[in-house]
Amino acid sequence: MTTPVLDVKQLAVQIPVTDGILHAVRDVTLTVARGETLCVVGESGCGKSLTSLAVMGLLPGSARRTAAHMRFAGEDLLTVTPRRLRELRGNRMAMIFQEPMTSLNPAWTIGDQLTEPFLRHGKGNRREATDRAVFLLERVGIAAAGRRLGQYPHELSGGLRQRVMIAMALMCGPDLILADEPTTALDVTIQAEILHLLAELQREFGMGLLLVTHDLGIVARVAHRVAVMYAGEVVESGPTVTVFDEPRHPYTRGLIDCIPIPARSRPGVPLGTIPGLVPSLVGGIEGCAFRDRCAFATEPCARPVPVVTGAEGHAWRCILPSAVPSLLENPA
Amino acid sequence: MLRFTLRRLLLALVVGVAVSAIAFMLLRISGDLAISLAGEDASPADVERIREQYGLNRPIIVQYAEWLWRAVRGDLGRSLFYPESVANLIMSRLPVTLSLAGAGLVIALLISLPLGIIAALKRNTWVDRGALGVAVIGQAMPNFWFGLLMIFFFGLTLGWLPISGSDTWLHFVMPAITLGWFSAPVLMRLTRGGMVEVMTSDYIRTARAKGLPARVVVLKHALRNAIIPVVALCSVQFGNMLSGSVIIETVFALQGIGYLAWEAISRRDFPVVQGILLLVALFYVALTLLADILNAWLDPRIRRG
Repeated sequence: MTTPVLDVKQLAVQIPVTDGILHAVRDVTLTVARGETLCVVGESGCGKSLTSLAVMGLLPGSARRTAAHMRFAGEDLLTVTPRRLRELRGNRMAMIFQEPMTSLNPAWTIGDQLTEPFLRHGKGNRREATDRAVFLLERVGIAAAGRRLGQYPHELSGGLRQRVMIAMALMCGPDLILADEPTTALDVTIQAEILHLLAELQREFGMGLLLVTHDLGIVARVAHRVAVMYAGEVVESGPTVTVFDEPRHPYTRGLIDCIPIPARSRPGVPLGTIPGLVPSLVGGIEGCAFRDRCAFATEPCARPVPVVTGAEGHAWRCILPSAVPSLLENPA
Repeated sequence: MLRFTLRRLLLALVVGVAVSAIAFMLLRISGDLAISLAGEDASPADVERIREQYGLNRPIIVQYAEWLWRAVRGDLGRSLFYPESVANLIMSRLPVTLSLAGAGLVIALLISLPLGIIAALKRNTWVDRGALGVAVIGQAMPNFWFGLLMIFFFGLTLGWLPISGSDTWLHFVMPAITLGWFSAPVLMRLTRGGMVEVMTSDYIRTARAKGLPARVVVLKHALRNAIIPVVALCSVQFGNMLSGSVIIETVFALQGIGYLAWEAISRRDFPVVQGILLLVALFYVALTLLADILNAWLDPRIRRG
């Protein structure tokens, strides 16, 4: 087996807040193989965005990051020099952000911002950079690409800006792209197009793609593997098909039951919901973080829960002995 | 960009005329010029004669129209004390004041930009607080007093710099520092505020994600956005320096516009006062125009306006 492009073990992110330390990411272990799409799913605040920012070394200044290791193509990002990190960022690993409206610099042209990483990482001269920018803009579906180079971000719609961000991430032909909810800020119709595009580009360029999302519908369509996060932990991970067919964690089951399925989810029949609230992550959490909301919780759940590993890299953090059945009255 | 510039130019012209009218009227309502010229104990006949001679008996609107018509062609009248036209008098003094204000602005920027940027990057550390301390001291000290302290220390005690006159560039060092020092704090605070805000923005994160070195992130991506309000303030500060030069030029006996204004006011040389008022007002208008154009150049979103 070749070295995975991203191999993170026991990542933790802690943020000091007024009443203690917020354990935003706890014991997160994940890998992305070359040419593979890993979707990280979970609700808002579960630490999925922070996980991707931690990999890129872009956490807010107050946050503390620790891990056993965090290897990018075999190189541990925890111990690389700032200079080496800069060489990797925007070059071999690139990021697409959640907010296309504010992620481009309003004072510089699209062309300048697109060619910048290409030139900075010594991929070629200005002419080659421009050619590459035009090629990629066309590839991400922007018409009249040459003319766009002279435009400023405020002249472009949100969907176009996100396409520009994607093109920018591709400029240096990265091995890994981290996309942090790239479609959340966009119209629903645009969302589908952008995701489709990302999946297509991932195949075409053979990159690793770590896609952070809260939308399981997206996961089902594009992910090879999925990691479900809850309260800062990965509660279940594995091949998408396996996780969807035989979820081993009640939270995963809850998320799947929430997906409306056209023609099957009937009007008037409620979708699944997960009762209760996410526990506070300030201070430590003992035992399973989901137990207060779990229909299957028993007394041992209050003690630390080990990770169980099954076939094909399927792993879960639950003591239940078998796959969790749907709680819907007439499961789809 | 061209259309934007033309529109602003037209607007500046309108403002210029309005400002000139206000400057003219203000001087007229500050007292009866004929009486102040003739002196306290002049006879009513003398006052009347002066009024006649200078045309002060005509309707004010006529006086203004005539003065403006001449001013447009470069004729600002004659000084009542110097054997020169007001225009020549101003032109001979202007280079001194412009050099002083220009040097003052350069010094203000040399102090405020680096300090502001560093304070923003190191915010809430001792560096930031130290810069704040400098700013507070700079703003709290009256500039004439700071000027006097400099004269005392560098001029008299150490004997490094000349303390009065405007013969060599050395004569401008202390006045320019005095002016710049006074303007630096507000520019510094604005630079710091802008940088603090910009550095937490999403596009700075994008710039870092591209693998750009900190220098490029700060100077290319952050500063250009943070400096937009600073540019606008700079032009105002330059105008303030022109008016602030009245005090500084008096303290250092620099033969510039400020000194001339001070002289003219104390001698009731109203054509000169009027000319200087008009000039300074037009400078403000021109500087505002310049700031608008610079801002549009820095921030493409403004260009449509």
